[in-house]
Amino acid sequence: MEWDAPAIVLDARPYGEGDAIATVMTEAHGAHRGLVRGGFARARAAVWQTGNVVQARWVARLADQLGALTAELVHPAAALAMEDRLTLAMLRAACAVAEGALPEREAHPRVFGTLLQLLARLAQGPELLADLVRWEAMLLADLGYGLDLGVCAVTGATDDLAYVSPRTGRAVAAAAAGDWRARLLRLPPFLCAAVPGDAADWRDGLRLTGHFLARDAFGHRHLPLPAARIALYDLVTTLAETPGDA
Amino acid sequence: MGGPEVERLIALLARLPGLGPRSARRAALRLLQQPQTRLLPLAAALNEAARAVRTCQLCGNLDSADPCTLCADPRRDRGIVCVVEGVGDLWALERAGVFRGLYHVLGGTLSALAGTRPEDLATEPLLARLRAGGIVEVILALGATVDGAATAHWLTERLSPFGVAISRVGQGVPIGGALDVLDDGTLAAALRGRRPF
Repeated sequence: MEWDAPAIVLDARPYGEGDAIATVMTEAHGAHRGLVRGGFARARAAVWQTGNVVQARWVARLADQLGALTAELVHPAAALAMEDRLTLAMLRAACAVAEGALPEREAHPRVFGTLLQLLARLAQGPELLADLVRWEAMLLADLGYGLDLGVCAVTGATDDLAYVSPRTGRAVAAAAAGDWRARLLRLPPFLCAAVPGDAADWRDGLRLTGHFLARDAFGHRHLPLPAARIALYDLVTTLAETPGDA
Repeated sequence: MGGPEVERLIALLARLPGLGPRSARRAALRLLQQPQTRLLPLAAALNEAARAVRTCQLCGNLDSADPCTLCADPRRDRGIVCVVEGVGDLWALERAGVFRGLYHVLGGTLSALAGTRPEDLATEPLLARLRAGGIVEVILALGATVDGAATAHWLTERLSPFGVAISRVGQGVPIGGALDVLDDGTLAAALRGRRPF
């Protein structure tokens, strides 16, 4: 059994002294693990950094074996992101969410393709947060936990949508929120229209998708939201509360 | 093969870094064949190290004295602290003999995979040293990995209120390294970190 495909390194953990168990994500094979011989050796460690885009090759005798991974670096996203705190936080959060939420060896081509584009555009800075939130919403939809943000769950209106029910994931118009307003999650405008948003919108977007990721994608697997994702939310919250930084 | 004592010795040696069962057997055989010159001195040295070596309360180094030899050395520059991930990194910098300040061993990097959280790192002792005053610069000598960089950013945020200069070790072309064999990430870091010449 073997395949050869462009892949994103989602994580690599040490195994033994110099080897690693890596999780990569490909278009056709989804999140896929494999043993990387010498993955943490000095010569190869740079390839297996989280977020890097590689040309990966997986080989095993049988399909259900762990198999061995080898890779050539295609795009050093990790090295390019290391200098900037927010960029690095976005890279770590996206990879941690994909690694933790996606079932192994289940293809999610949309999620892969969009994550690939995100990694290529990391240098854009905070504006990319809106796309990251959209990607998380897409990931939720791919896993069967899609949010219904097109129409108000109460009135059926399609405009003035400002909130999301934390229970059903359906949008609620501002006029229909009433006394429930405090219990609803704020729906940032960039999730309904092609607008970039500001730091407060990105924070609210991360809060929105974070709630459903924690409850559905991770909660159903009895896993907490990844620490890297929580750290990104904290960082964006700080950004939103710092005047002039947004 | 040689009784339970020998098996136990081999099993313990095999747990050491760089040794597997096969090399542990060879090492055990060499030790047992020359007990007076190899085995007993090694046993005595291990016993002595276990008894005497402790973690320095100031910097986290391993030494038989507390504060360690480096922290107690009056010739070292006490205004500069180099933060490293582990004792191995501290020893590597000392081996190079290029740094004459003090150290601080963080005890790891933030890592969701390894389960290392902020509270698991030795940041409080570092902050206490800064509060005590006298430190003008903190050098972050953490690994050029995603976890190392994330830890450096997080630590910078914790250290910035103290008003000390915070710097990071350079990243790029290694001495003796040719550009055509470097990976793209290292090349990018080297170009980004270029300086007037």
